[in-house]
Amino acid sequence: MNLYYLSIIFYNNFRVPYIRLFFIIQSLLIMPTYNLKVNKKKQLVDAEFDTPLLWALRDHLDLVGTKFGCGIGQCGACTVHVDGVATRSCLMPISALKDKEITTIEGLSENGSHPVQQAWKEVDVPQCGYCQAGQIMTASAFLETNSKPTEEEIKVAMNGNICRCSAYNRIQKAVVIASEKMG
Amino acid sequence: MVIENKSNFSRRGFLKASSLASGGLLIGFNLFTACKQKAELPIDITKLSFTDFNAFIKIAENGMVTIFSPNPEIGQGVKTSMPMIIAEELNVAWKDVVVEQGILDTENYTRQVAGGSQSIRFGWDALRQTGATARQMLVNAAAEKWGVSASECSTKEGVITNATGETLGYGDVVKEAALLEIPENVALKEPKDYTIIGTKAINVDIDKIVSGKPLFGMDYKEEGMVYASVLRPPAFGQELESFDATAAKSINGVLDVITIGEKARNLLNSKKPGWSVKLSSSDKIVVIATSTWAAMKGKKAIKAAWKKVTPLESTDAHDTELVKLLDGKKFRTMRSDGDVKKAFAQADKVLERTYESPFLPHNCMEPMNFFASVDDAKIRLVGPIQTPEDLATAVSTMLDRNLEEVSVEMTRMGGGFGRRLYGDFAMEVAEIADVIRKPVKMVSSREDDMTTGVYRPAIKYRIKASVKNGEITGYQLKEAAVNGNMYGLIPNFFPAGAIENYQIDVASIKSNITTGAWRAPYTNFLSYAEQSFFDELAEITEKDPVQMRLDLLQKVKGTKDSKIQYSPERLEGVINLVVEKSGYRTPKEGVYQGFCAYYCHNTHVAEVADVVMENNKPVVKNVTVAVDCGIVVNPLGAINQIEGGVVDGVGHAMYGDFKFKDGMPGSSNFGAYRLIRNSEAPKVATYFVENNLAPTGLGEPTLPPAGAAVSIAITKATGKRIYKQPFTKNMVAKEIIG
Ligand code: FES
Ligand code: FES
Repeated sequence: MNLYYLSIIFYNNFRVPYIRLFFIIQSLLIMPTYNLKVNKKKQLVDAEFDTPLLWALRDHLDLVGTKFGCGIGQCGACTVHVDGVATRSCLMPISALKDKEITTIEGLSENGSHPVQQAWKEVDVPQCGYCQAGQIMTASAFLETNSKPTEEEIKVAMNGNICRCSAYNRIQKAVVIASEKMG
Repeated sequence: MVIENKSNFSRRGFLKASSLASGGLLIGFNLFTACKQKAELPIDITKLSFTDFNAFIKIAENGMVTIFSPNPEIGQGVKTSMPMIIAEELNVAWKDVVVEQGILDTENYTRQVAGGSQSIRFGWDALRQTGATARQMLVNAAAEKWGVSASECSTKEGVITNATGETLGYGDVVKEAALLEIPENVALKEPKDYTIIGTKAINVDIDKIVSGKPLFGMDYKEEGMVYASVLRPPAFGQELESFDATAAKSINGVLDVITIGEKARNLLNSKKPGWSVKLSSSDKIVVIATSTWAAMKGKKAIKAAWKKVTPLESTDAHDTELVKLLDGKKFRTMRSDGDVKKAFAQADKVLERTYESPFLPHNCMEPMNFFASVDDAKIRLVGPIQTPEDLATAVSTMLDRNLEEVSVEMTRMGGGFGRRLYGDFAMEVAEIADVIRKPVKMVSSREDDMTTGVYRPAIKYRIKASVKNGEITGYQLKEAAVNGNMYGLIPNFFPAGAIENYQIDVASIKSNITTGAWRAPYTNFLSYAEQSFFDELAEITEKDPVQMRLDLLQKVKGTKDSKIQYSPERLEGVINLVVEKSGYRTPKEGVYQGFCAYYCHNTHVAEVADVVMENNKPVVKNVTVAVDCGIVVNPLGAINQIEGGVVDGVGHAMYGDFKFKDGMPGSSNFGAYRLIRNSEAPKVATYFVENNLAPTGLGEPTLPPAGAAVSIAITKATGKRIYKQPFTKNMVAKEIIG
């Protein structure tokens, strides 16, 4: 018998708010708990060991800024920083993140003030906007390692992030402006 | 000829106004129809319903203006540019305007389709009238307060001034304005007086986008919501036979495994009109789970058997059939001038070429997803969709419910490109929610999205032209396509009207592979075929390709043919501009330039692509674009669209490849399917033809010419012509491509 039926039986028999029971039951089932440090905050995630950080962030921690694009490390939409390094969260299981500092787009700055975010606004980069959190996270980690990149270096650094709307010209321009701001 | 800038907008009764309980003036209006007599405005701003109005303006007592529109944003920037038009005529400062997206909750909703680059074009008159009428209401109220004539008052940035220099803010007169008659026949501004239109406005959602706030359907969440992953037949032509979900059910987080499909099938068989969703007749297996990951994992653990119900098709077979079609006689003629046969018979030279294109998936960055909640009272649907009205109708019919019980809330869309015109995925989640009776979000994986989607159909063109005494005397284009042909007015695009003997013939084969609109339908490939052909025609007639286009356009000027869609003058304008700006007449050593001019989606565009050889490979470095889209409402947004269209056009022409074998797509994710990336994107330089004509859309028209310009430039660089997309796989001199 699974959770869904269990919860319905509980609901029908005991008439307590369904949603509370849902969580009570869930906590009774043995789901491992992982300690994550996300955006400087300690977070507990009850999920299977193989759950990618991407889905732990989105579904368990309500941090939906990190996006799902391909799930196989090819598009960069899910990019976050792990100890400052741009990382594909769709391929990173939560069980491998003990003692790691995770930063997501929500934690990159208070109210969007990071120079990369500022540059993104100035240039008005987004079209549909879906890829942009990943682009910003890649760019911000890259500029920490190379604060005065050449055009070629920018293209190489940003090549792993697909923008289906093809806002590439503006992404390049915004990285240049961000590097000036950070410089 | 198309009459430019005409207004067929009827003012009477399109707008209503009232006071809000919390203070402020609320104006409700209908962009495309008159308001109904009985239509009433709410007095509580949280109770906005788009049943009787399709947008609202709120003017608060502090003068702040909020524009509520349920218009979905798919990345075309209309959520910014449409309010700019209202604000312009209302005469408020853009910084005092807030744009909010409302919910669609209706049976009377009109034209809320984001597609076809049409939103701006259809909204232009209505939005200006609305803004101007609202402004006049406020002016009238102020004039009455002062006891002066309204004609003595002027407005600027939300402040009304009378002849003696007294001032009132818009917010000071909202109460009074709500009580006055709604003025008719208000004057519109002259374009030279615009202070907002033509200025660079940053995307209204920018702060939310760069800080990762929930905006997209994928981000939508409700308390108690569960997640669903759908297993669909892996091949077109298959249906579900049986399945075993034991392993899936034992996965932690999986709540249930159900099947759906019967209701969709009934709808499919009922042939009820009014819906554009693409449904499959198969049953589908749905894993319900507490998280997306568990749902996806559960799906992978299902063992399913599929049976063949219709033939399992392949690209090879399509190719053979399409060529047979081109060779045959089963055509429908869409336009015919003069006598092409005679022209071909009397010609000095005849050129005939065949151009081929593959199927293409849309690959919106945000995979298809939708939320639904179904109970006895209501059906709530939330997500990214371009056709909410159709969806509401289809869902109410499918679930046998009243249309009034259905609400559709549109989220921002992570790309559309035509895919989100079809609500198959939203229909699925409605069926799921109807079974499980819990709020549920269906999330597609990239593989689901790419392999069970809707595709641009594969098409082949055969073009034949005759030359006599150096003049093009005849032109015949045959289209062989999968599942339908070019539609509407496309046969009347250039070179229709410019060549005496002209004929467009079309034919199609039926396929069980789902096909549909893909950014700039038909023209996205037609432009490449025709424009490459013209380049070759120029070569064999020893003419300059640009001059050849200009000469042809001369012949269209003053045409009496009302079907001709493009304006020869405007096309000439973009051609001259692109030639000047791209340095086409002063070629640089080692830079090969391809020129193309095209009209589609109401906009005239010319492009020049610069290709250089690097390591023996042609590389697209720059594209210069000249655009005539009338008045440019928001240059910042417009240029973004143009750059995106060009790079997308280059990318798909160069790399876009999608094949079927045994009914199954050959690639399922970005590993095997190549999309253009940052380092491959050419630099785009955009130039506008300045005029005061009504604005036309920009989401699509810059894409079709890009592939053509690139193919012509590559031909110059390599000496070989390319007749098939994607270019990287079909360049004749394979050894130099690698
Ligand atoms: S979702 Fe992780 S790289 Fe695409
Ligand atoms: S802005 Fe749409 S995918 Fe990048």
